[in-house]
Amino acid sequence: MAVTTAQLVDWIERYAAVIAEQKQYLTGLDAAIGDGDHGINMDRGFQQVLIKIAPVKDKDAGTLLKTTGMALVGSVGGAGGPLYGTFFIRAGTALDGKAEVADADLVAALEAGLKGVVERGKANLKDKTMVDVLTPALEQARARLKEGASIADALSAATDAAEAGMKATIPLKALKGRASYLGDRSIGHQDPGATSSYYLLRTLREALADPPQGASTSTSYVGREQQPTS
Amino acid sequence: MAEATVTTRLKKLINTPESEVKDALAGMALAHADLIRVEYDPNVIIRKDAPKKGKVGLVSGGGSGHEPMHGGYVGRGMLDAACPGAVFTSPTPDQMARATKAVDGGAGVLHVVKNYTGDIMNFEMAAELARGEGSQVNAVITNDDVAVQDSLYTAGRRGVGVTVLLEKIVGGAAEAGYDLQKATELAKKVNANGRSMGMALTSCIVPAAGKVTFEIADDEMELGIGIHGEPGRERTKLKPADEIAEILTSTVVKDLPFKRGDEVLAFVNGMGGTPLIELYVVYNAVHQYLTKEGIKVSRSLVGSYITSLEMAGTSVTLLKLDAETTKFWDAPVHTPALRWGV
Ligand SMILES: Nc1ncnc2c1ncn2[C@@H]1O[C@H](COP(=O)(O)OP(=O)(O)O)[C@@H](O)[C@H]1O
Ligand SMILES: [Mg+2]
Repeated sequence: MAVTTAQLVDWIERYAAVIAEQKQYLTGLDAAIGDGDHGINMDRGFQQVLIKIAPVKDKDAGTLLKTTGMALVGSVGGAGGPLYGTFFIRAGTALDGKAEVADADLVAALEAGLKGVVERGKANLKDKTMVDVLTPALEQARARLKEGASIADALSAATDAAEAGMKATIPLKALKGRASYLGDRSIGHQDPGATSSYYLLRTLREALADPPQGASTSTSYVGREQQPTS
Repeated sequence: MAEATVTTRLKKLINTPESEVKDALAGMALAHADLIRVEYDPNVIIRKDAPKKGKVGLVSGGGSGHEPMHGGYVGRGMLDAACPGAVFTSPTPDQMARATKAVDGGAGVLHVVKNYTGDIMNFEMAAELARGEGSQVNAVITNDDVAVQDSLYTAGRRGVGVTVLLEKIVGGAAEAGYDLQKATELAKKVNANGRSMGMALTSCIVPAAGKVTFEIADDEMELGIGIHGEPGRERTKLKPADEIAEILTSTVVKDLPFKRGDEVLAFVNGMGGTPLIELYVVYNAVHQYLTKEGIKVSRSLVGSYITSLEMAGTSVTLLKLDAETTKFWDAPVHTPALRWGV
């Protein structure tokens, strides 16, 4: 089976919706160990992404993801902008010209994105960053595809690994980014970037689910995260 | 999490959180039309007469909310351009790339970057873009905050008060004809010889967040605070100003270390919500402490120059001076926020 650009558009739209919904929650996580702007930054970025991808929705997957990345680099700022921006630009570059993406190519593109994040931010595993979510998630996806699983099942496993990776950031001491200024005081808090990266996998799983899941707005995150207060 | 946090009503002189930065930029452009011009999308504050042919361009930038840094330092003898990000969020690469192009008079451009992960990465991407367009770009990173352990286990020390002094001194040198290499070396020397530490009495409210960044009791203070409300080294009971000044100054002195016989520039900075009278109370104690230690204060700066919105508190920055840095500190400067000699 192959993944279409339309499915990737669905992914990005779902992700933008979740970020908007969890803006306060992400910002609260960042206030505890950073400067309290991660949700605000990501939401500003993905609102911009929605505008910028409108004219390229029927183009190839590479153009879609690169446009997404450029919109993020130009609007997010902070650490999140270059990191998520680089992720999408690198993933898009790996899919240049492809209208349909083979399962293995999609995972390879995401891996290229992660490689970009690591090159830009120089984080190691267990530094308490988004890398702690993306790394195990993509390892799972790759392993499942090798075993012959469908992309939907591979991403399902990847999302579980992402969730575990996100939760595993709680006991870690931050060694990168603003949270590292706290030293031991960063222990006991979930990393905001790891959380937004978990949503990235989760929404991709939803967009590629077989059979397809309902529209992004019907996705319920109740009980797991704080709902918007206003 | 937010449930447990006390929400504070947004009692600020703004129209909307989203429009705050642009509204303020428009105000600056009108108030200082003789010194600067402002471009939007990407947002850049540019020295009116830039680019100056043959002069090294000096570009800085960072999150908004630290005014007058950096936009207030654009003008003769200091910065050629400043890139304001969203409040407390580093600007984006397109801003610095535009600024670099706008001020490149053929002698290259020096980026002054405060050591925060976001600022570093966005400036790096901007430098890549600008070099791609043919500009020669160097970057110098400020990391003077002694409150942060400088080790493999952190993102490194934050850039704070020394940034202001560096922009003045290197700006003076660039005006006097330093080439890119010499300007870069001078900038590194200033950073290497300066140290800072801050403290907060109250938190601030980032308008887009709508609530205080951290909780702090009426009888507490946060020592070693950053300029974005990031927690510091320790939370303690409030002490008299003299004791606070001594804690900050002695920690800074021990770090470089500043030694008997050194000549320094002593900079007592307000965090945005502290009145000047209190800063002079602090300065008095800082100056006396240094004198007692045999350190000669040969230049001083007192005021709110690198702020954290309405946070109350202060920071102490010491810079060891030599003939070169003293000369360019004294050199004429004409910007919205600093002006002397002209
Ligand atoms: N060097 C790095 N490498 C990878 N991820 C990082 C790095 N530094 C920070 N991060 C991620 O960025 C997140 C913070 O993003 P954000 O709040 O948007 O930026 P900022 O720290 O500039 O305010 C962290 O939670 C962390 O996951
Ligand atoms: Mg942040």
